[in-house]
Amino acid sequence: MDPIQQWTLGIVLATFILYIGIAVWSRASSTSEFFVAGKGVPAVANGMATAADWMSAASFISMAGIIAFSGRDGSRYLMGWTGGYVLLALLLAPYLRKFGKFTVPDFVGDRYYSGTARVVAIICAIFISFTYVCGQMQGVGIVFARFLKVDVNLGVAIGMLIVFFYAVMGGMKGITYTQVAQYCVLIFAFMVPAFFISFQFAGNPIPQLGFGGEYKDSGQFILDRLDGLTEQLGFTPYTSGGLTTINLFCITAALMFGTAGLPHVIVRFYTVKKVKAARTSAFWALLFIAILYTAAPSVAVFARTNMIDTISGTAYKDAPSWFKNWEETGLVAWLDKNGDGRINYLSGSPFEISAGDTKLKPRFELTEGKRGPHGQRLVLNAPTDNENELLVDRDIMVLANPEIAGLPTWVIGLVAAGGLAAALSTAAGLLLVISTAFAHDLVKKTFKPELSDKDELKLARIGAGVAVVIAGYFGMNPPGFVAQVVAFAFGLAASSFFPAIILGIFSKRVTKEGAISGMIVGIAFTALYIVYFKFINPSANSEENWFLGISPEGIGTVGMVLNLVVTLVITKFTPPPPEEVRKLVERIRLPE
Amino acid sequence: MSESEVSPEKAAHYWRRNVRLVSILLAIWFLVSYGCGILFVDWLDQFRIPGTGFKLGFWFAQQGSIFVFVVLIAVYVIGMNRIDKEVAHEEEGTDFDI
Repeated sequence: MDPIQQWTLGIVLATFILYIGIAVWSRASSTSEFFVAGKGVPAVANGMATAADWMSAASFISMAGIIAFSGRDGSRYLMGWTGGYVLLALLLAPYLRKFGKFTVPDFVGDRYYSGTARVVAIICAIFISFTYVCGQMQGVGIVFARFLKVDVNLGVAIGMLIVFFYAVMGGMKGITYTQVAQYCVLIFAFMVPAFFISFQFAGNPIPQLGFGGEYKDSGQFILDRLDGLTEQLGFTPYTSGGLTTINLFCITAALMFGTAGLPHVIVRFYTVKKVKAARTSAFWALLFIAILYTAAPSVAVFARTNMIDTISGTAYKDAPSWFKNWEETGLVAWLDKNGDGRINYLSGSPFEISAGDTKLKPRFELTEGKRGPHGQRLVLNAPTDNENELLVDRDIMVLANPEIAGLPTWVIGLVAAGGLAAALSTAAGLLLVISTAFAHDLVKKTFKPELSDKDELKLARIGAGVAVVIAGYFGMNPPGFVAQVVAFAFGLAASSFFPAIILGIFSKRVTKEGAISGMIVGIAFTALYIVYFKFINPSANSEENWFLGISPEGIGTVGMVLNLVVTLVITKFTPPPPEEVRKLVERIRLPE
Repeated sequence: MSESEVSPEKAAHYWRRNVRLVSILLAIWFLVSYGCGILFVDWLDQFRIPGTGFKLGFWFAQQGSIFVFVVLIAVYVIGMNRIDKEVAHEEEGTDFDI
């Protein structure tokens, strides 16, 4: 075992022991503690827990890399995921806290005085949560595999065991305090390499400022330099965009309204003491999220500049060691098309997708000792006819950061622990939504109202346990559709939940008929559009065939507008809601 | 406050002020993200933030909008606490309940 693995193992073990210790200390003893942490979580702690819940494996590992390779177009994720938070804080959190029950389906069911509405909401919540949680379990497996060289499935199993332990035992209370610890781990792990790398490149340790600074005292701003480098290599200049304005607008909107509708984040606001604390904790949460989200685009710029500087046109034998390390893990692949021994990095796909793969990934020669003339791993994919020879996985931008910056080995271990913290915290939050939807919404509220508190708690624990096992199974055997659907979960949430909740609070007149038909039309339209372009007729998935030039990623915005229109029109023609519902709406509009 | 103490007029007044504050904040929210970050980004890119490498539109899209979002929620928290106090009556505890 090399020093990197020793450090990684040590740090990861230490954090796991910490999480389990917290879970034992804060285990839940009642349904209220299990579902909403007894409504006694302080606002700052809830803010941290929300931030950890919110930032998934993708935020931590992939986002900076996505931005590094998409430049200004990457803004859709930055604005989409944080802007949705403003909607959540201003339009949803305080009122749902005042409503004061356990879940989102609870609200939808009561406000729309209908068991059908509740069941539609339960199905949406479970579907969205499962899609998401599978991705998290897979993320855990990948971190284990890359840093500790264990099998991906073993990694998933270890992750399952940890989550099982503290989610089943501690419920929301255990999860909340574990997430506080996980936030601290993940933000520390993200920021330490960011400080160092910003200092090296821009002479300023604060990455948010180094972003706009000069490149190594050259008198040239780092962004200008990167614009020049990218343009020279045939890419769109870094600070210009390639997406059309309407498409960018719709994708950003789908991400914003979708995040605001994610059930595992909304439920966090049920855990604080009062409405006032719900508002305050929303502020803390966005502040904690913003630390990572404003550092990520800076890291993206430094990493991309550095990659082009050190790799483009360099002879393979002179390439830095991180390049070769990550080549061993398959995240970097070089195919020497012109045989000059230099790495030509330009715009375009370096090689074709192999038969049986759904996306471009390198297939390497696996025979021991069979290498290229310069010692590189041989790529078996058929070459394309452009001059680009390099494929770089976007995840490398965060994972390889410490090595690129030449940081001590313990920092690499820290990054692994941070990635795990991000994945585990999100997974736990989602599993809780699933178990609550099952035990509370489905069994107690829909089928067996006479269920005792003790039995409900037992059922919730069983539900959480079963959900962990299912999620772990899908993490090990990801069904092909999951990876593709995760990206669309936001559009589905935007087109179903968001309008129903908003109208439920801001209108007393909207009726159950309106809301139910709106949700069904919205989600059905969005799902069909996505399914058509992604599965039925993928070859037609291009701008000239899209509705108004909007890609499947952004169609949730149109679905949401449809939902609103349908809801309002149907409401006009149906009798107004009963008096209790008007009273309920009036009640949630006032703080305690 | 216990709800029975609040008259319907007071409740309606409270709700109007609440909606007004939220509307103003959301107008700013729309302006910085969809406006500066997407619709007018190319036009804004002709300007630079003095002393930095940031083109203005790019900055809004990747960093500025997020800073504004944080400030918006802070203003919302403070504003709502004030409205709570003025319209209803003082709750126990401090202003900024943390």
